[in-house]
Amino acid sequence: MDQTQLSARIAELKANLAALGQQADLLAAQVAHSAQPVTEAAGGHGSFFVTGLTVLVLACFVGYYVVWRVTPALHSPLMAVTNAVSSVIIVGALIAAGPAGFDFSKVLGFLAVILASVNIFGGFLVTQRMLSMFKKKGK
Amino acid sequence: METLSALLYLAASICFIMALRGLSSPETSRQGNIYGMVGMTIAILTTLASPIVQSYWMIVLGIAIGGAIGYVVAKKIEMTALPQLVAAFHSLVGLAAVFVALAAFYSPEAYGIGVRGAIAKGSLIEMALGTAIGAITFTGSLVAFAKLQGLVTGKPLVFPMQHPLNAALGVLTVILIIWLVQSNSAAAMWLIILVALALGFLLILPIGGADMPVVISMLNSYSGWAACGIGFTLQNNLLIITGALVGSSGAILSYIMCKGMNRSIFNVILGGFGGESAAAGGPAKGPQGSVKAGSAEDAAYIMKNAQSVIIVPGYGMAVAQAQHALREMADVLKHEGVDVKYAIHPVAGRMPGHMNVLLAEANVPYDEVFELEDINRDFGTADVAFVIGANDVTNPAAKTDPTSPIYGMPILDVEKAKTVFFIKRGMAAGYAGVENELFFRPNTMMLFGDAKKVTEEVVKAMEA
Repeated sequence: MDQTQLSARIAELKANLAALGQQADLLAAQVAHSAQPVTEAAGGHGSFFVTGLTVLVLACFVGYYVVWRVTPALHSPLMAVTNAVSSVIIVGALIAAGPAGFDFSKVLGFLAVILASVNIFGGFLVTQRMLSMFKKKGK
Repeated sequence: METLSALLYLAASICFIMALRGLSSPETSRQGNIYGMVGMTIAILTTLASPIVQSYWMIVLGIAIGGAIGYVVAKKIEMTALPQLVAAFHSLVGLAAVFVALAAFYSPEAYGIGVRGAIAKGSLIEMALGTAIGAITFTGSLVAFAKLQGLVTGKPLVFPMQHPLNAALGVLTVILIIWLVQSNSAAAMWLIILVALALGFLLILPIGGADMPVVISMLNSYSGWAACGIGFTLQNNLLIITGALVGSSGAILSYIMCKGMNRSIFNVILGGFGGESAAAGGPAKGPQGSVKAGSAEDAAYIMKNAQSVIIVPGYGMAVAQAQHALREMADVLKHEGVDVKYAIHPVAGRMPGHMNVLLAEANVPYDEVFELEDINRDFGTADVAFVIGANDVTNPAAKTDPTSPIYGMPILDVEKAKTVFFIKRGMAAGYAGVENELFFRPNTMMLFGDAKKVTEEVVKAMEA
């Protein structure tokens, strides 16, 4: 083996090494990339639970004070309007029915959209009908 | 984009709070309802603008179908049938919650909670809770609807081992949820739905007709908590806030209704009230004296010559649709210079505030209608108490007889009025199955017949 052969071999090895390094970098990047959503999802969910719980507890307090102030005469409209408002669950139904394509979830979403819409339109309208009947003396 | 939609959802939440806030007085209530509609519109449009929603035809079609049904139903419904309507609406929210949870289970990617078969454990728990509560709300409301509509008997349906069975189903639900979280199995999800459906059905079955105000309020509350559970799954604050508002509203109403009957919520939920006591208490006591039956002319004469009349409406008025005739009678009396007021017991009717709506429908000004604590003192100075279709809520046994099933229940003190008229179809005991001793008092006069017919006869006699 002469000098030139040896140096050519070294150069070849060097190139291989560089290629390997590049591959390793690529893999590492891939791993990091794929790992990121996982940690994000897990961490994101954990922290959302706490946020959600905070929101829930505070909203319960708001609900408590607001509802106690509702005059007993309007308890029926209160039930009707809370019923309409709880149909905000339609938000979840829209997400299920929204994606392109067609699958089981879309059917479920479609049905849920119908049910929630009955409630939204029916609930608000019947509340309006009730409230429009409450009149003061002499009017 | 995400920040913007979060802010818009916040705006919608505030609108919903304002909608409830508006109900603190009839003047602001209509504006409150508009806030509610605005909030709902914001919520729907914001969701439609989110990148996940790409195909619209199904959504538009769904809203059109549902909206048309809702519109027609709301326009056509009789005000006396309100309790049934609300029960039916609750069942829809429950079923929608089940569908949304199932959709999230089958395509979790759309909701960003993992991939099919590997959904985050926390999301699974929330999803399962939302589903279970939704399913219970669905069948429970259906039973309530059937009872209110008269499709099944309003009497409590009791059978042996009922409560152990319900408890077992409850435990089974918890076990299934644990299984679901461990395995991500679709079978577990479907089993949870089936068991919860059965549970909702069985829970409401033993509860009698007149306890329906509590049941409807309770189901109202459940539908809110179901929305809350879905809100956690979807990581959507709007759903959580709204669910909490609705949930606490329903809970407070249930509490008020229970207090109006002096019973604990457990007593109501365990059910059977009325059924057994009617069998036990009815024949044992028997009549306590003679009953004075009067004619419409007698009633007309006495009331025309009275200074003040307090009208006490109950469920019987709603059944007979007597509210319009009643208002006519009040008009004639007012024309004669008689002071007319209405007294409403918290549990009168089949849903909270039912009587107030019926009277408002008949154009009775709401400032003539008073709640129990505001008017009870006035009975002492009133000449006439005109009780139409109410019974248990006037029974003095609630104050005097510790063995009575209604002992401790707040009552309207109609006994203190100089003359008491009872408009009843017959001498049958009220829902609680207790004899009302007021019927046998010398200053009580019974007007037997259909509430509407009797009232119309009284009006005729007054105008004669």
